[in-house]
Amino acid sequence: MSEWWTYSLSDFLLFSPRTYYRLLELYNLAVWPWHILAIVLGLAVLVLWLRGGAWQGRIVAGIVATCWLFVAWAYLLARYDTINWAASYFAAGYAVEALLLVWTGLIRNRLSLRPSRDVAGAAGLCIFVFALFAWPLVGRLLGRPWLQAEIFGIAPDPTVVATLGVLIAADRTHWELLVVPLLWCAISGATLWTMQSPDALLAPIAALLALVLACWKTLSRLRQASPA
Amino acid sequence: MEQMPPLSRRRLLRALAATGAAALLRPQLASSQQARVLSRPIPSTGEELPVVGLGSWITFNVGNDTIARDACAQVMRAFFDSGGRLIDSSPMYGSSQKVIGYGLTKLNGPPSLFSADKVWISSGARGPEQIEASRRFWGVPRFDLLQVHNLLSWEEHLRTLFAMKAAGRLRYVGITTSEGRRHGEVERIMRAQPLDFVQVSYNILDRQVEDRILPLARDRGVGVIVNRPFREGELLRKLERHPLPGWTAEIDCASWAQIILKFIVSHPAVTCAIPATTRVDHVQENLAAATGLLPDEAMRRRMIAHVEKL
Repeated sequence: MSEWWTYSLSDFLLFSPRTYYRLLELYNLAVWPWHILAIVLGLAVLVLWLRGGAWQGRIVAGIVATCWLFVAWAYLLARYDTINWAASYFAAGYAVEALLLVWTGLIRNRLSLRPSRDVAGAAGLCIFVFALFAWPLVGRLLGRPWLQAEIFGIAPDPTVVATLGVLIAADRTHWELLVVPLLWCAISGATLWTMQSPDALLAPIAALLALVLACWKTLSRLRQASPA
Repeated sequence: MEQMPPLSRRRLLRALAATGAAALLRPQLASSQQARVLSRPIPSTGEELPVVGLGSWITFNVGNDTIARDACAQVMRAFFDSGGRLIDSSPMYGSSQKVIGYGLTKLNGPPSLFSADKVWISSGARGPEQIEASRRFWGVPRFDLLQVHNLLSWEEHLRTLFAMKAAGRLRYVGITTSEGRRHGEVERIMRAQPLDFVQVSYNILDRQVEDRILPLARDRGVGVIVNRPFREGELLRKLERHPLPGWTAEIDCASWAQIILKFIVSHPAVTCAIPATTRVDHVQENLAAATGLLPDEAMRRRMIAHVEKL
């Protein structure tokens, strides 16, 4: 793209805020009552997180990966693609993330969670709880109708942010699993910012927090591993 | 507030003569409202085209939402009823082409339609495939005008478009740019290629094209389509905070949108401006800017001075 410095974010926005939120509304109507199952799955992650157990990591990874695949197929490919030609690329990114979750968590069992073991564990839990319970309320508090609510496992942003919570609270930092969620938070934040949505910074703030905590965890681990 | 002098036939003729527009502009009857819509000849053929068209960037990208699609069809109906002809789209605009096709079907294919679309793909070899997909989305037998969008792979695509024109599968060929980008390259192509149209951004505050592109278009006999006349609404939002100037009625305007559009289409090199909207009242307001008096050169300078001060 020549003269790239002359482009602004608004040059890449293909739709109006009205169309974007109406798409969410129609999507929610179309996939209802899968929202109930999604919330139950979110609660299951939370219970497993707090209780632990041998299969905890595998089941959590399986649930989160399923949510990523569902959002990729039902929202990005089947709906968002009708107003944004880049949606198929986003869906591919979501599928990659789902596969990585399956490989790392489900197959290799490298994604175990323990509650509030340290700052990262507590922050991860808070991020997950916020994405599960508070995110659907944000739109309503900003004056948008309930039908446009964004639910974990159904809508992209709460699913991605909840995943960041899980990844931050995991025993070790899996950078390969953080790439797609961090990129999505940047893309979604830029989209909402361009649409002048008041909640544009929510996902980017969660991503920034996750990035800082991931760096801190990695550095702490390196410090512990190095000889005194 | 400045005083509004009374309108007169003499003032009208003076205004038109001063812009050189008197010889170019011809009133046409709209289909249902019988409004006299000003038109300009396409330089390469002399075919008349109303000076206000309809863009579809963002506004017609509504996906599969039937309610929104019907609203777009209503906008199109009001556009044709008010005497409009040219609708412009691009494969880049999401679902806009399909929504235009939906509207055209609902309106039983208005015979006055002037279909303008673009080719936007980096592979020259895949251009014909994309053009055919666009044609199917619109549901038209052929496009009136195809443009190379943002000069992307323009050499290959222009070869395709000129071949289509020679074969009678296309009537006009053009190129587009926006927001003042790549004007040097646009100029070179305008000098080297037998273009019918060039599409550029132009409004009362963004007037870079007045320096070279618009004079060159007149010299070369290239029609000019003006995109983003309202800076995607930003310009209107800014201006609508201020009262209408005292001279508004002198140029038969009743709103800032009409003032901005009349400024654009009063440039003698401009063939057509293509504002986009989702509202029937706005499309009617826009088409009303294609009627009545146009500003002369002195008034254009006055308009610029006024708007730049706001």
